[in-house]
Amino acid sequence: MTDLLAARSQMAMSLAFHIIFAAIGIAMPLLMIIAEWKWLRTKDDIYLTLAKRWAKGTAILFAVGAVSGTVLSFELGLLWPTFMGYAGAIIGMPFSLEGFAFFTEAIFLGIYLYGWARVPPRAHLFAGAMVAVSGALSGIFVVIANAWMNAPRGFRIVDGKPVDIDPIAAMMNPAAFSQTLHMTLAAYAATGFVVAGIHAFMLLRDRQNRFHKAALAIALAVGGIASILQPLSGDLIAKRVARTQPVKLAALEGQFETQNRAPLRIGGIPDEEAGVTRYAIEIPYLLSILAHGSPKSFVLGLNEFPPDQRPPVAIVHIAFQIMVACGVAMMLIALWGALRFLWSIARNKAWLGSNWFLRVLVLAAPLGFIAIETGWVVTEVGRQPWIIFGVMRTSEAVTPMPGLIVPFITFTLLYILLAIATVWLLLRQVAASPQGTEADRKEARLAA
Amino acid sequence: MPLETIIAGVMIASLVLYALLGGADYGGGVWDLFAFGRRAREQRALIAEAISPVWEANHVWLILVVVMLFTAFPPAFAAIATALHIPITLLLIGIVLRGTAFTFRTYDVQRDDVQRRWGLVFSIASIITPVLLGIVLGAIASGTIRVEDGMVTSGFFGSWLAPFPFAVGFFALALFAFLAAVYLTLETHNRELQEDFRLRAILSGVVVGILALTVFVLAEKGAPTVRAGISRTSWALALHFLTAVSATSAFYALWARKYRLARVCAAAQVTLILLGWAFAQYPHLVEPDIRIFSASAPRSTLQLLLGAVIAGAILLFPSYYYLFRIFKTQPQKSTKGAR
Repeated sequence: MTDLLAARSQMAMSLAFHIIFAAIGIAMPLLMIIAEWKWLRTKDDIYLTLAKRWAKGTAILFAVGAVSGTVLSFELGLLWPTFMGYAGAIIGMPFSLEGFAFFTEAIFLGIYLYGWARVPPRAHLFAGAMVAVSGALSGIFVVIANAWMNAPRGFRIVDGKPVDIDPIAAMMNPAAFSQTLHMTLAAYAATGFVVAGIHAFMLLRDRQNRFHKAALAIALAVGGIASILQPLSGDLIAKRVARTQPVKLAALEGQFETQNRAPLRIGGIPDEEAGVTRYAIEIPYLLSILAHGSPKSFVLGLNEFPPDQRPPVAIVHIAFQIMVACGVAMMLIALWGALRFLWSIARNKAWLGSNWFLRVLVLAAPLGFIAIETGWVVTEVGRQPWIIFGVMRTSEAVTPMPGLIVPFITFTLLYILLAIATVWLLLRQVAASPQGTEADRKEARLAA
Repeated sequence: MPLETIIAGVMIASLVLYALLGGADYGGGVWDLFAFGRRAREQRALIAEAISPVWEANHVWLILVVVMLFTAFPPAFAAIATALHIPITLLLIGIVLRGTAFTFRTYDVQRDDVQRRWGLVFSIASIITPVLLGIVLGAIASGTIRVEDGMVTSGFFGSWLAPFPFAVGFFALALFAFLAAVYLTLETHNRELQEDFRLRAILSGVVVGILALTVFVLAEKGAPTVRAGISRTSWALALHFLTAVSATSAFYALWARKYRLARVCAAAQVTLILLGWAFAQYPHLVEPDIRIFSASAPRSTLQLLLGAVIAGAILLFPSYYYLFRIFKTQPQKSTKGAR
């Protein structure tokens, strides 16, 4: 393994690990405050129990997210010092803002988790809302920095050095809006589906449990709405990529030839040597329409670009297919759930009455996080061989430090251990299923 | 005052706050390891209750220092991250283990062996991490990280694998343990527990003194420029004097059981030590090749960053004050919020 590959692997592994906790950190506070708000409105203790149970899970996940995020902020320099020396002045700003947002999040999470008995109920709910808002902002700022790597703006290059630096213009880059929207919705969708899946599983074993029904309803509402909106933000990204990173679009679609009336490929295996994508289902005209809004428009193919400027096509294309498939499945399940809900209101029946629906929710639980992971592969691998698209190559940015395989293996082992411990602790929390009995209610009120 | 100096000042202020607040959380981990005697269990519980609601927020001061460093002084960040790759990587492992083990202990089975296992990871990481932090700062001050045309030429070991940075590392550990012990006297009404931590504060205060002297002696060879800075100029002598006054007052206050006074003096002592280092090294960010004026980002970036810092401060300080008012104005009753 070369040092460059080790550095890339370490960064990829650190991000793939952190992104799970970051997404949950964005979405869980929203679920918690919805539950708490319902408790304040209905005085039904089941919602208080729910807010507290979710808060425990969030506390565990937030701690892991906070430390793995700290690791990333240092790794930017440990692995890519040339990149940071070059780009720090241009895109340090969103990272600094993220620092402040994260600070707000940590402060109010402390109040939320440990302040049940120390602050009035409304102040407590407010603290939760602050966690939810600042968590979402943290994610948005970090993704803005990543969007800049795809669409670098806000500087000119003179003698190989950036001049006329305008950090605001850098933050307002063309990729920023669509990418932050897509990632934020992804966080709500993925977290909502995982939580809904867990409670659906518990509900299948205990069909009358009101606690799990309430939990499932909130989680599926949040995850479902985000899943239904997500294709819209995906379309925004696709159009932006077509405009500013045509080589990336060609890679994620497996499009080798430049053509108008380009078809959309579903599935398929790109063969980079032969320059064709085989075994794909092709829907005529659709790629031209999706990318540029008209069936007649031209879509640039990979052949227009020299090989040393293309990303690895197969990985990007296949990751993209997986992401889209997960997203479509989640959208359909969300629509199914919405129909069941409306139908149940009309017929005055229980909308969670179907075992099949619950089983599908259990199976769908991991889909959102599979989509997030493969989506990051698409955006990161799809940007290669550049670290700053069109400006700096990843190979130019890496540290001169030798032996990078050692920290890569070390952090990988460390994160595997953390993952095992985290899953174990969360399983413990889930297994202690409240029955909504008098004892549970007493416990919830006592702790309040 | 030049914009570069103001931003550097904000970074030092964040570092001071990290030492005073986040540092004390590490110190708590030290006393968790050294909890002994009849009240060992109570000592550990007190430490956990004191740290739990605030440590995540306190930890963010370090992240602010890092993001401000790479936004305002990108070449300095690149050079430090390259030359000190190894100790920073170890520091990160320490940070990860400390934070997660502490949280996992709270939420795992409340059985003695399980709790002790997480507690051991937490407390050992709490000891190693401050040492590494001190090593990193000591290496930056030592003048052995050499940079030419943005490339580090002094290798990956020489600048930190030396007596002076290690002495600074142990000095940082002693300071954090001292701070934690002093603060903990105010976290409880239980007289016996107060006495436990009073004794620990006095002992660690003595260790702080011995290590301060060691660092100063080793600096003659290990960090000659910074040492010259803190031994000659008149302001440096004034800072020395004030540091000595706060250290002595802290001992007196501990002896006389005036814990609030002790807390102020201990915090002042740590603040003055860091300020003394910062003044002695000014205007160098990394001795001797990177100065804040040559390594800074353009004005447009610095101005925006300062704006963000001011806006952030207006938002953060009231929230931070609220957090501490909720959890730190009354000594802890033994109620755990979330478990």
